[in-house]
Amino acid sequence: MSLQNEPINSDRKERREKYCRFKKAGINYIDYKDPDFLLKFVNDQGKILPRRITGTSQKFQRKVTQAVKRARHLALLPYVADSLK
Amino acid sequence: MTSTANVLNLQSFNKTRMEFKKNYETVFILTPVLSDDQMKDTAAKFSTFLKEHGADVINEESWGLKKLAYPINHKTTGFYHLAEFVAEPSLIDTLETEYRRDERVMRFLTVALDKHAVDYNERRRRGDFRKDKKKKAKEEAKA
Repeated sequence: MSLQNEPINSDRKERREKYCRFKKAGINYIDYKDPDFLLKFVNDQGKILPRRITGTSQKFQRKVTQAVKRARHLALLPYVADSLK
Repeated sequence: MTSTANVLNLQSFNKTRMEFKKNYETVFILTPVLSDDQMKDTAAKFSTFLKEHGADVINEESWGLKKLAYPINHKTTGFYHLAEFVAEPSLIDTLETEYRRDERVMRFLTVALDKHAVDYNERRRRGDFRKDKKKKAKEEAKA
C-alpha cells in the first residue's frame, strides 16, 4: 500500500456520460406495436425502467411510457411477469 | 421566397379542406375460437364499417394468430388486426361502440397519430423496419 492518497471516486471518473438514445439516433416515434424493442425499457418483472438507468430524456421517457402502456393493453407486453428476460 | 410562400398557402388550403379529418390507427384482437372464415368475415365487417362511414382506409394488416402476453377472457391466443385510416373524430366513438357490441372482439385500441407517427407508419408499410428484408437488401448489395 502506498502512502499517497488514492482518489476515492476513481470509479466515477471512468463512468460514461449518459445519453438519450432517441435523440442520438434521431428516432421521434416509439411504436407500441413492437414489443421486442420496448423490452429494452422494462425490467424482468415488466416494470418500466427509470430514466436514471436508461438515460432517456424526459421528452422520450413520456413516449416510452405511453408506448409500453399501450402494448400492455393489447397483450403485447405483460402487466406483471416473473422472468421476462 | 415566393415558392415557400406558395407551399405555405397550399398547406393552409389543405388544412381548411381537411379540417375535421385526423389520422388514426386501430388494433383489435378477435377470439381464437373463430374459424378462419369467421375471422376474415369479422375483419372485413370492420373495414367495410370504416369505409361506409367516410373513412379513407390507408392500410390494413392481419398479424394472424398470436400468443397473448397474459390471458384475456380465459384465452391465451388471439387474431390481431390493424387498420390505419383518415377520418373525422366523431367516427371513433361509433367505431368503438361497434367494437364493444361485437363479442368476437376481445380487445381494441384506437390511437390518433401525430406527424411523427404518420411518417413512421409510412416507412413501416414500405418495410424499412423488417429485419429479414433489410438482411436481404444487404445480401443483394453484396452480390
